[in-house]
Amino acid sequence: MPLLEILKYPDERLKQISNEVVVFDDVLRSFITDLEEAMRAGPGGVGIAAPQVARFERIVIVDVSGKPKIKHNGCMILVNPEITEWEGYKIGREGCMSVPDYTGNVMRAEKIKLEALDEHGIKREFECEGYEARAVQHEIDHLDGLLFLDRLVSRKKDLFRRKVYKK
Amino acid sequence: MSNWFMLNLIGNDQSGIVAQVTNALYKGGCHLGETSMMRLGGNFTMMMMTSLDGTETDLEKIVKPVAEKLELHVHIDSIEGRLHQHVEPNVRVTVFGADRAGIVAQVTGVLSESGMNILDLESDVGGTEDKPIYIMYMEGLAEDGIEALRTALEALRTEGIDVDVEEIETLIG
Repeated sequence: MPLLEILKYPDERLKQISNEVVVFDDVLRSFITDLEEAMRAGPGGVGIAAPQVARFERIVIVDVSGKPKIKHNGCMILVNPEITEWEGYKIGREGCMSVPDYTGNVMRAEKIKLEALDEHGIKREFECEGYEARAVQHEIDHLDGLLFLDRLVSRKKDLFRRKVYKK
Repeated sequence: MSNWFMLNLIGNDQSGIVAQVTNALYKGGCHLGETSMMRLGGNFTMMMMTSLDGTETDLEKIVKPVAEKLELHVHIDSIEGRLHQHVEPNVRVTVFGADRAGIVAQVTGVLSESGMNILDLESDVGGTEDKPIYIMYMEGLAEDGIEALRTALEALRTEGIDVDVEEIETLIG
């Protein structure tokens, strides 16, 4: 199977809302394998959503385990994911395989809880924080037709957000 | 063939500067690349990568009428311009403290010595007339690592300057 092609903005299809997955069969699992391959082929890609390869179903893969010193859940395959709880917020830098050569600052929840089905249709629950939580929110946005460009914030807003160091 | 210029315009801020200037450029056959435009102390400043199938003199002719009308000072440099050459920053440094002479020189001197290449810097003066505060925001490339910057900046904290160094871990998803 050749590598799946990544849709690039301004492709209108990236704005579509993806459909729930209802059939959990070998066709789905084979697609998920190809989707993961496309994610790993991208430069620094830690996540991917099915609509990025023109399949408009609610499927996301996130794997930030390659990053040093962060909490993670390993390789998460998230079908029909729903974020159930949000906590805190933080600005961080994001880019996207569908938006080459541009990065920008985006506000995301710092901690999230989510429910999803795995590739066999079995319900799973995850708690994510920091970089991983950011990746999950970025990818789930794709399922709703949103890119990080829709959420850009001015870096100036970041100035007095953080703690003051003890002298 | 198309040439790149860095086109700078500065003048008293007034509504409509960007629209009028860029419209004149567009009608003159120019293309814009990366730009930075900002109001600084009542002045509006524009720095624009501008490409044109022509010479510096041609660009001057295109800009002159609108610049004169809006009373903007113009400066043009021929540049080696290229798009899609972004350098991704890996560190964000914010600095603030009571305003005093030399704060920028002192902080950026320390950063430079400890391996930070500044890619973007914005600073502002806030507070009140009698108690101004200086706020500086930078993004850059820490060539010797983030810890080197943290260690080097530690000394500034004892002088009443608040410094925060945060790693930028760009997420590509």
